[in-house]
Amino acid sequence: MQDHATDTVADEAKGGGGRQYAEDHAFLRAPVDASRSAEQAGAEHGVKISTTDLNIYYGDFRAIKSVSAVIRSNEITALIGPSGCGKSTYLRALNRMNDEIAGTHMDGTVLLDGVDIYQPGTDLVTLRRRVGQVFQQPNPFPMSIYDNVVYGPRLQRRLRRDEADEIVEQSLQGAALWDEVKNDLRKSAMDLSGGQQQRLCIARCLAVNSEVLLMDEPCSALDPTATFRIEELMIELKERMSIVIVTHNMYQASRVSDRTGFFLLGELVEFGDTPQIFEDPRDERTDAYVRGRFG
Amino acid sequence: MVKRRATRVGEWIIERLIQLSGMLGIILVVLIFLFLLQNSLPIFKERTLGELVFGQRWSPTHGDGQFGMLPLLLGSLYVTVGALVIAVPLALAASVFVAEIAPRRMREFLKPAIELLAAIPSVVFGFLGLLVVGPWIDAHVEIIKVGQFAALGSVMLAFMALPTIVSICEDAFHNVPREIFNSSLALGATRWQTITRALMPAARSGIIAAILLGLGRAIGETMTVLMVTGNAQVIPKGLLGFLKPIRTMTATIAAEMGEAAYGSTHFHTLFTIGLFLFIITFAINTIADVIVRRGEKDIA
Ligand SMILES: Nc1ncnc2c1ncn2[C@@H]1O[C@H](COP(=O)(O)OP(=O)(O)OP(=O)(O)O)[C@@H](O)[C@H]1O
Ligand SMILES: [Mg+2]
Repeated sequence: MQDHATDTVADEAKGGGGRQYAEDHAFLRAPVDASRSAEQAGAEHGVKISTTDLNIYYGDFRAIKSVSAVIRSNEITALIGPSGCGKSTYLRALNRMNDEIAGTHMDGTVLLDGVDIYQPGTDLVTLRRRVGQVFQQPNPFPMSIYDNVVYGPRLQRRLRRDEADEIVEQSLQGAALWDEVKNDLRKSAMDLSGGQQQRLCIARCLAVNSEVLLMDEPCSALDPTATFRIEELMIELKERMSIVIVTHNMYQASRVSDRTGFFLLGELVEFGDTPQIFEDPRDERTDAYVRGRFG
Repeated sequence: MVKRRATRVGEWIIERLIQLSGMLGIILVVLIFLFLLQNSLPIFKERTLGELVFGQRWSPTHGDGQFGMLPLLLGSLYVTVGALVIAVPLALAASVFVAEIAPRRMREFLKPAIELLAAIPSVVFGFLGLLVVGPWIDAHVEIIKVGQFAALGSVMLAFMALPTIVSICEDAFHNVPREIFNSSLALGATRWQTITRALMPAARSGIIAAILLGLGRAIGETMTVLMVTGNAQVIPKGLLGFLKPIRTMTATIAAEMGEAAYGSTHFHTLFTIGLFLFIITFAINTIADVIVRRGEKDIA
């Protein structure tokens, strides 16, 4: 897995643009490249989340060290780095899922639309609806596709039948899953393929109108075609939200993201525009990692 | 060469032995079933199935003997349903607490403690009901005329079925992937919402199986109900029936088998009750098994 990733990184650094992957999936390539150049022409986006001097501890262990970074609206931010460097920990700080792990504490600030999400009195329910999360293993609830999608909205209030139908259709359409499942919405979500399940998990977040989507290695359990569909979907979705993705796949990071952050041992070593990080890194540790010298 | 053949023969013998002991369980069940069948079939020369099941009077020594099982069937039904009504909410609450709310150290202590309840002999529960709980209720609750009644059996059975139900439910909760819990929280659910709307549905097959196994245990339980439910073969009526003495199928067999003459109508009828019990528990266990298996497929 790692070797494969670093190979593609090496390709990337030589300016190959993921030759191997592209050859395997030549038929998939054109639309992605098009959206990429459209993005490059786009203007600077507003700040959605900013973290300042963020430290996160597991007991005495400092897993995140003074990380300051900005996540912008309508952009995809990729977080890369070797295993155990704190990517997931950082990600969970953004929707306060670290609160669920006993023994964690943090200092520093995390602002969402300029408001500190750790200030006392913050409503976790609202926060987590605004900042949705997709996990590594596709994990639909063992119930029907329909019930999965309306799970979030139904937590808030009773839905009329037509409201629920509407939410289901919109969310599944948003997650590029509607056409595949519209005829069996009552089927168990467990019968979907891994890639479909992952898109269903995205649809669940869309159903509560998440403004930010945190994705922790969302494709590591998927085959290349399913992975590609998720990537394509992410590019579509950034028109309406901002996305943070943790990935071990350098090619994925370089292909899909606008900005990339490189973590090492809990520090954010370098953070910048994706092409710059991969083609012209300023820090030699970043350089070494994206060239594949790190595990 | 020789040595290898020897090990092969040895392996063959061991394999057969294991196979045999597996088969033995099935063979025993089949034999028990046949034994029950053999001893209950003669009754159908004298009575029809309808007469037995829907007959309203159980009075073996009265004249020719009256063998209507309806009072006993309903007696068992009352006691068992009552037991489930008490045990299921308690068991769910307890297993949710152990699996999701109690700190890990407490879990490690609570789980075996609850399972230990299962080791208490049913006679002890019987004594407890007969000598302590029953008389207390008799003295303090107005509408209860006799200190031995259906609901008391239900309470005792509920406590006896509790460890089984809690233990299996708790496993079912524990086996729900952590990610399901987390993704519910990440969608803005509270812990309570997560438990009732994500965790319980995800564990439902385990919960249903647990309830069915508890049910099987409650129906088959003999000693306690014999001691605390008053042993009156009357047909219970309405909700008030829970507060009056009844008699269950199991208690009837235990109480009367000794005095029934070998080969008599009474004797065969008691076996027929046993046959019915066998069929009921067998069906319940089979259903539980099917549900558990289907559930395993769901989660994986
Ligand atoms: N629940 C926890 N308790 C204690 N330490 C933890 C816990 N979770 C993570 N850590 C530690 O914090 C550090 C960062 O972990 P984290 O999971 O954020 O890394 P990661 O970059 O996501 O790794 P990976 O790429 O393997 O997913 C690691 O050293 C890890 O051992
Ligand atoms: Mg991680």
